[in-house]
Amino acid sequence: MTMLGNFDFDVIRRALPYLFFEGMRFTLTLTALAAFGGLVFGTMIALMRLSSYKWLGRIAGFYVDFIRSLPLVLVIFWFYFLVPYIGQWLTGASRPITVGAFASSLITFIAFEAAYFSEIMRAGIQSISKGQPAAASALGLTYAQSMRYVVLPQAFRNMLPVLLTQTIVLFQDTSLVYVLSIPDFLGAASKVAQRDGRLVEMYLFAALVYFVISCVASFGVRRLQSRIAIVR
Amino acid sequence: MNYNWNWHIFLEPNPMGTGTYLDMLLAGLVVTVKVSVLAWIIALVSGTVIGVLRTLPSRTASWIGFCWVEFFRNMPLLVQLFLWFFVLPELLPKSAGLWMKQLPNAPFWTAAVGVGLFMSARVAVQLQAGIGSLPRGQKQASTALGLTTVQTYRYVLLPMAFRIILPPLTSEFLNTIKNSAVAITIGLIELTGQARSMQEFSFQVFEAFTAATVLYLLLNFVVVTAMRFLERYVAIPGYITGK
Repeated sequence: MTMLGNFDFDVIRRALPYLFFEGMRFTLTLTALAAFGGLVFGTMIALMRLSSYKWLGRIAGFYVDFIRSLPLVLVIFWFYFLVPYIGQWLTGASRPITVGAFASSLITFIAFEAAYFSEIMRAGIQSISKGQPAAASALGLTYAQSMRYVVLPQAFRNMLPVLLTQTIVLFQDTSLVYVLSIPDFLGAASKVAQRDGRLVEMYLFAALVYFVISCVASFGVRRLQSRIAIVR
Repeated sequence: MNYNWNWHIFLEPNPMGTGTYLDMLLAGLVVTVKVSVLAWIIALVSGTVIGVLRTLPSRTASWIGFCWVEFFRNMPLLVQLFLWFFVLPELLPKSAGLWMKQLPNAPFWTAAVGVGLFMSARVAVQLQAGIGSLPRGQKQASTALGLTTVQTYRYVLLPMAFRIILPPLTSEFLNTIKNSAVAITIGLIELTGQARSMQEFSFQVFEAFTAATVLYLLLNFVVVTAMRFLERYVAIPGYITGK
């Protein structure tokens, strides 16, 4: 071990406020909002796929298959360049609008994750027995009511561990905003690493932080899974 | 939209002097295919070893398998590539580190190994589930017939388990292709990378990314079709998906 002798812990210590208050805050905010948005839109896509209108299902299916066959890096680039034009089209501005780094990556991740969350929610909805919506409509509930009060709560509960696992994957995937030079946690670590010429310390530390957070989170999911398992 | 579309851009010569822009993208596609296939071989071989370790009765073996999977599953792929590319050469003895840094095509080999090991954890988990789904009697019958552990896995358990997990393995292979795009961050100019440089040279953002998108879709289609043929070819009559 040639390097560990001059391993500089002080570089990490000095960078801590920047890494966590700037970098990790960006990463966690992006993860939370993208997971929420992905779940909302994903549920809508899942309902479209299962709807009795064939054409709605076909559109949703096409979207999911399309997004899922592209690398996330390519999708990040797509949206980074596309969002200003969509904004221009929506607002009727005369030129492509400027979109901040955070907004751009949030839109990208919501659009991307919606495809993955929709497959989870679809499985969740399909796992509910046919009698449930049938009983709901026998009670006079409308389609919206039966989804809102009967089917979706159960589907969500059944799929919670899988949804959380997907959120851990999302947490790791947000590091890819690095390609847009956005200072998320990894981006911040990389900035310090390059400024101080301390790649070894910073990247090892970043790896350790991601590892610990993901490990603790997936351990929590496993605990939750055994606790909320419904006895049938 | 006041964007100047120019679909003829693909036939115009690229500034690298290597033919047209289309040639540039196709060169990127070749790199993507090469890196993905190599990574997939690494993932299959090491994933199989680890998956088997996790199903052995030995405590040590399953502990090694557990650590391997947790290590490669709980870090973003991008961070893992950085570790192999920037950190590992510094931690090795001087001569070995120098050799790694001076390797011709270092991003290519790093990407193949990095993505391969990242995917090996997923292959291992799939294989473990596949072996676990086999009836207990299979293993017991092999033991009763006098097969050693190696023979049991080689002739009884693995051939069945791999057939069972073929569909999820197909999507893991597709994931490998998609994940190879992350290697753009360590300077590998694969398909996404070529689309990005085409965009920088020509300013035709959307044409470049559309072409890359179409090529990825085609690649997906080819893999899915090939795997479907393979599934049909190896199916056992009278078994699960057999004829």
